[in-house]
Amino acid sequence: MVFESQNENDTYQLGLQAGESAEPGDIFCLDGDLGVGKTVFTAGFAKGLGIDTPICSPTFTILQTYEEGRLPLYHFDVYRIEDPDEMEEIGFDEYAFGEGVCIIEWGKQIAEILPEHTKFVTIEKDLDKGFDYRKITIE
Amino acid sequence: MEQTVILSIESSCDETAAAVTVNGRQVLSNVIYSQIDLHTIYGGVVPEIASRKHIEKINQVIRKALSDAGQTLDTIDAVAVTYGPGLVGALLVGVAEAKAIAYAKHLPLIGVHHIKGHVCANYIEYPELEPPFLCLVASGGHTHLVRVDDHTHYTVIGRTRDDAAGEAYDKIARAIGLGYPGGPKVEKAAHDGNPHAFEFPRAKIDENPYDFSFSGVKSAVLNTINSYKMKGMEIDDKFRNDVAASFQQSVIDSMCERVVMAMDEFQMDKFAMAGGVASNQTLRAALKEVVESKGGTFYCPKPILCTDNAAMIGAAGYYEYLNGKRDGLDLNAVPGLKLE
Ligand SMILES: Nc1ncnc2c1ncn2[C@@H]1O[C@H](COP(=O)(O)OP(=O)(O)OP(=O)(O)O)[C@@H](O)[C@H]1O
Ligand SMILES: [Mg+2]
Repeated sequence: MVFESQNENDTYQLGLQAGESAEPGDIFCLDGDLGVGKTVFTAGFAKGLGIDTPICSPTFTILQTYEEGRLPLYHFDVYRIEDPDEMEEIGFDEYAFGEGVCIIEWGKQIAEILPEHTKFVTIEKDLDKGFDYRKITIE
Repeated sequence: MEQTVILSIESSCDETAAAVTVNGRQVLSNVIYSQIDLHTIYGGVVPEIASRKHIEKINQVIRKALSDAGQTLDTIDAVAVTYGPGLVGALLVGVAEAKAIAYAKHLPLIGVHHIKGHVCANYIEYPELEPPFLCLVASGGHTHLVRVDDHTHYTVIGRTRDDAAGEAYDKIARAIGLGYPGGPKVEKAAHDGNPHAFEFPRAKIDENPYDFSFSGVKSAVLNTINSYKMKGMEIDDKFRNDVAASFQQSVIDSMCERVVMAMDEFQMDKFAMAGGVASNQTLRAALKEVVESKGGTFYCPKPILCTDNAAMIGAAGYYEYLNGKRDGLDLNAVPGLKLE
């Protein structure tokens, strides 16, 4: 499915809807260039799960967990991960095959260890349509 | 005065570090093994490699800290260790080591909050500094404006809503092709650039005017780069320097504005900086100027105490120790540990 986002709020709302309908064990792999809106989508997603804590970028910490919503949310940013095996170290399998929801920024970097049911969210800019335009594909 | 000698350990991210301090303020040794060179090859922190290196280095670092200090495990009084926040694999290495020492030598064990450690680096640099004071802790993973109420109690006044300050530096460096680590590279480029070449936003959060947001600046920088490219212009050094300088100016302005506001609202005349970003000389100078222009006193540790190190954990651990904090051998790493 392809969505068109005209501004930050559109992306947030799309994330929110995905969050509202998320089920235990769901995994979202989020891709797109630097500053495209992956964390904005995740912030909406968290809100959709009923999480009120502001969502910070987990680029530095790799993983940020939120337990206060309808389902636990595991927010990863694997930009700095070179080798998928390194995910083992932070206990990825326990999160991926648990009762919560994983959302993984730059997830394609660890594509080979993502389970079959992973949903892929790709966010792209199209500068001809303005700096704030984003094409968001969910499959 | 009684002397309390503390062995402290820090391994929350890039650095494997150990130190020996006396009464929190006197540093007998401060050993840091940094993995930064290793990471430069990979272009970032590599968690698996990070923890493996921590395991390889930790014993050596502790041994050196003890011998540099002329101490042994039998002459120290307590062990302090960072137990969060940070990367879980990395934190666990330090915590396990500290527990083993505490157990084997029957020593008190004190878990320390990493950010409190950064704040307490100021106690080492300034023996006369006493709370209350304001402190801005800015690093790759944190941006916190805190009120230090007493030696162990902190109130968070503002924090980042999205990217941390150091993270923003890294991402801007990536966007203009300067490489990792971004902090020093952007500062250097900014030195030769015009801070008013571009007007980047100084974001304000309605709910809490003390909170920071750096994602909007990141976006504005990317837009500037894109429009430049769309005009068919080449990204040259002048452009890079101007972007770096204008970005840094927006960081400086947002920090200065909040610090001034907080000094007024909380009636504070002491302001300290801490964390890796505090090594940025341009930022230090700007904050010093604004604090002193209000008649306040400015504090900032030397760079070696700003980066992750264990002496600062010894300083924070000492005050926790005085306050009666003792952890059991069930102490665990808490990656998302809160400050309050
Ligand atoms: N249509 C849009 N959707 C989402 N964000 C947008 C949009 N238009 C502009 N923006 C801006 O783009 C920025 C997106 O930042 P965000 O941190 O979410 O990106 P990211 O993809 O997570 O980046 P990183 O690669 O650093 O993790 C925000 O500053 C936001 O305001
Ligand atoms: Mg992000």
